Amino acid sequence: MSAIKFEKDADNIVTLTMDMPGQSANTMNDDYREAMSAHVKTLQSDIDNVAGIIITSAKKTFFAGGDLRELIKVTEEDAADIFAMTQGVKADLRALETLGKPVVAAINGAALGGGYEICLACHYRICLANSDIKLGLPESQLGLLPGGGGIVRMVRLLGLEKSLPFLLEAKQMNPQRALDKGLIDEVVTTKEDMITAAKAWIKANPTSQQPWDRPDYEIPGGIPGSPQLAELIPIAPAVMRQKTKGNYPAQDAIMSAAVESAQVDFESASRIEARYFTSLATGQIAKNIIGTLWFQLNDIKAGSSRPDGIERQTAKKVGVLGAGMMGSGIAYVTAMKNVETVLKDVSIEQAEKGKSYSAKLLDKKVSRGQIDEKQKQAVLNRILATDKAEDLAECDLIIEAVFEDRSLKAKVTQEAEPLLAKTGVFASNTSTLPITELAEASQDASKFIGLHFFSPVDKMPLVEIIKGKETSDETLAKAFDYVLQIGKTPIVVNDSRGFYTSRVFGTSAMEGVAMLAEGISPASIENGAMLAGMPVGPLAVLDEVSLSLVLKIEDQTRKDMEAAGKPHTPTPGQALVRQMVEEFGRSGKAAGAGFYEYPKNGKKHLWSELYQRYAKPAKEVDLQEIKDRILFIQSIETIRCYEEKVLESVADANIGSIFGIGFPPWTGGTLQFVNQYGLDKFVARATELAEKYGSHFAPPKLLLEKAKKGEIFE
Amino acid sequence: MVTEAYIYDAVRTPRGKGKQEGSLHEVRPISLITGLLEHLQQTHDLDTSRVNDIVLGCVSPLGDQGADIAKTAAIAAGWDETVCGVQLNRFCASGLEAVNTAAMKVRSGWESLVVAGGVESMSRVPMGSDGGAWAMDPATNIKTGFMPQGIGADLIATIEGFSREDVDEFAFGSQQKAAHAAQSGYFKSIVPVTDQNGLTILDHDEFIRPNTTVDGLAKLKPSFQLMGEFGFDSVAEHRYHYVEKINHVHTPGNSSGIVDGSAAVLVGSEQAGKDLNLTPRARIIATALTSTDPTIMLTGPAPATRKALDLAGLAVSDIDLFEVNEAFASVVMRFQKELNVPMEKINVNGGSIAMGHPLGATGAMLVGTVLDELERRGQRYGLCTLCVGGGMGIATIIERI
Repeated sequence: MSAIKFEKDADNIVTLTMDMPGQSANTMNDDYREAMSAHVKTLQSDIDNVAGIIITSAKKTFFAGGDLRELIKVTEEDAADIFAMTQGVKADLRALETLGKPVVAAINGAALGGGYEICLACHYRICLANSDIKLGLPESQLGLLPGGGGIVRMVRLLGLEKSLPFLLEAKQMNPQRALDKGLIDEVVTTKEDMITAAKAWIKANPTSQQPWDRPDYEIPGGIPGSPQLAELIPIAPAVMRQKTKGNYPAQDAIMSAAVESAQVDFESASRIEARYFTSLATGQIAKNIIGTLWFQLNDIKAGSSRPDGIERQTAKKVGVLGAGMMGSGIAYVTAMKNVETVLKDVSIEQAEKGKSYSAKLLDKKVSRGQIDEKQKQAVLNRILATDKAEDLAECDLIIEAVFEDRSLKAKVTQEAEPLLAKTGVFASNTSTLPITELAEASQDASKFIGLHFFSPVDKMPLVEIIKGKETSDETLAKAFDYVLQIGKTPIVVNDSRGFYTSRVFGTSAMEGVAMLAEGISPASIENGAMLAGMPVGPLAVLDEVSLSLVLKIEDQTRKDMEAAGKPHTPTPGQALVRQMVEEFGRSGKAAGAGFYEYPKNGKKHLWSELYQRYAKPAKEVDLQEIKDRILFIQSIETIRCYEEKVLESVADANIGSIFGIGFPPWTGGTLQFVNQYGLDKFVARATELAEKYGSHFAPPKLLLEKAKKGEIFE
Repeated sequence: MVTEAYIYDAVRTPRGKGKQEGSLHEVRPISLITGLLEHLQQTHDLDTSRVNDIVLGCVSPLGDQGADIAKTAAIAAGWDETVCGVQLNRFCASGLEAVNTAAMKVRSGWESLVVAGGVESMSRVPMGSDGGAWAMDPATNIKTGFMPQGIGADLIATIEGFSREDVDEFAFGSQQKAAHAAQSGYFKSIVPVTDQNGLTILDHDEFIRPNTTVDGLAKLKPSFQLMGEFGFDSVAEHRYHYVEKINHVHTPGNSSGIVDGSAAVLVGSEQAGKDLNLTPRARIIATALTSTDPTIMLTGPAPATRKALDLAGLAVSDIDLFEVNEAFASVVMRFQKELNVPMEKINVNGGSIAMGHPLGATGAMLVGTVLDELERRGQRYGLCTLCVGGGMGIATIIERI
């Protein structure tokens, strides 16, 4: 009972204040359920002495939603319990909204998921005018659906067409936007105003009921059989699945539950919603997503990969060397977070050009109304574009982002290092060159670290931090703190050629080329990868990074092999790429020709000669085979990285794969993909793929051991 | 000995443009069919008490076409009270399904005289107005990968390499052939639609455009490109992953027209014919149904044809005339390619691209069309086939007597 405080004032207005003991936020757990249920009973038994009800919270936020720790443990055997639990939560809210008394939500802070569902069960929603407050139903992002009546009530509040985007895309809104969209009814400035407004509304509406409980109610925008929706409904699944490719059962369930809920009465709709929720909560995909994108991500942000016992630090001045695409992006994201940023290049023109990239991005934000001109200017004022090394004086961190050329990197390192603040560290943004070797140019290798940013820097959420052999814990902590400071997610890996992300990325791209070399239709390869959930096909990806890069890497391998006295035989995929570049002059997108054609006025399309030169029309392809090859090879390479201690944590592996290389989120990442597939089954399938397509699919020793012991990657 | 099923007559209304401006929009769907029933009764001085059943195809059986329009028509036409009626829906094959069902009833020996046909006033009850789980229920739609037929037609063209020019050329041919046949009076099965005063409302297929040109066709916008790009194209990826991009070639000019109309075929046993002094025009020698991939949806005619030919013990080359419903140009072109039928034998008097496709009636219309032409040419075997929603295919072989 202590989870929700019950107070009645002189006017018989009851205020239910949610304040769960031992938690920083209110969640929909047993405490909530018991307390709410008890209060609803009290209200029902004494209804004549109740004028109205206000629901609010004593926490900083209103209510945080479902208890994910509880939900992630649910199995298929728990289906009946989950269904009953969901129905129970909803029964209380339903009882509340049908008491015949006005119920007002006084939203003092974020109300997401279950929190906003409580608000929806209220007759009137008042929110504090604080633009940091977020409102909405983010369940779909976690592979779930709003199972607390959120679908049923949103559809009845806004209609199918208008509610679906909120439900499917988990859109979150600040109070003003929520007011505009009809998700709340009133915005007030202070908590006192909020309670006053709530009480006033109660007094003005003594017998309030929900619109959908009125006899003349009709769902806005029509019901599924109506002409208004006749064209929308058949195509809506196709539009949605163009994005999900059918890999996200939550989106399917939400759309189904929403439409079905509009065809029946409230109680039937509520059961339909609960059944779909149960199927998602007991299913595997939600567990993959919640486990990785909630728990593991939170652990990472809380510093699970950061050395202990070193105080958190804030970078005050950061230098960026090289104002190319990467350097300009790094300068932008750094300056955006209130850090004084020096962007240095060999000439002032180059440096200014790099800075203008920030101006361009900021202009976009201004035009969208996200920031104003003053804020834009403030960010730009924090970026000093320069050609003078002296301007780097007293930097806490200097990041070099010059060309991937070892001697050039050595030169800029030596030039800039002396200017670092006493406790400052030096980072190299490289995607391929081993950090330990680059650190040889440094005067203090313990203060040298790798920061691998992804392109475009302003959009990509990941930074791969690479420890060189000599990198100290202090340096790592500083780099880690900086990455968090600029709002990115850090993963920490050990030095190795290609580190973690580039290495895994390379395997899947080359698997695509291998398939082409076998004669599989290039369209099937690209579509297969995307249907598996990859954001782009392997051939398109290679065009982006350039096919010449593949040749460079192969050349390096040959040198290494020859140095070791071993022969080097190119793989069929490598041979194909060499032919593309050297014989056909098609080295990728930058060259205007690669696996794709890039017409000036039109969309890119596969080079038609790929079909004549490589594809064998008679080659029967099984789509599952393509999908498995693309996903398995990345998981197997990840296990090798883990085995070789390039990776030190499962969370880093999973998060790095999703944020860095676009491994599909439905899998929960490269290692969770193995867990959820079942290690024994994964070994069997990998062995099968190895027999068919080559030893690169052979299950690594660590995997075999774990499978034998019945362990998973955790 | 199996009782043979004979065709004693096959009639149809002309096809009116399926919109407000169409001549038959003013005509109630029930009148479209009772007109034909009255015609059959009068022409043959038919003792309607001998008719066991009326089987009518109707794809959107609601509103004006709802509540078992076949039995309603039997009553409305003043036929004997013993005459039954059933409405059936096998999507675009409904009219031919009605004929096949009638043939099966007669061949079973359990019924002796059946009217088979169909009716569809697409101007009054628009296509799709019956909803249905496949398109309208997201759970079903998602599970089955629902995709409209037009995208399937474009997919066929893409896979088979039929260009926009190819399908337009085909459509041009359909118009030319239909115009010529109409002018020459080949469509003997047409019964004009008249009003209660005996005044003619429509006596010819008004959808035909004799002046169609290839250039004119080339100017039309693709019908399914927008909805394809919105999302439907990607539904096909799951099965047709080897297709990089669907080439949207079908337009209103090379797809079947939306029209109003009905058809009726009198099917009976030899004995019933003798009793009622009817002269058989043809024999139904085989019927077949099959189903193929529901995504591409429209590849059923060739396998259904093969099945019917097997049943009849005939080869493709034995068939003198083919009526392949022109739902979309690519459907007929693929049929032609797959079975290697000479184009000269297919739809010799045009098809639905020129004359329109009144969904529930078309199949029965094809029977009359091919029979008229077999008689005109003095030929023996005719085969009718249609592609059908859900991937189905249907075929019927008749032998002229």
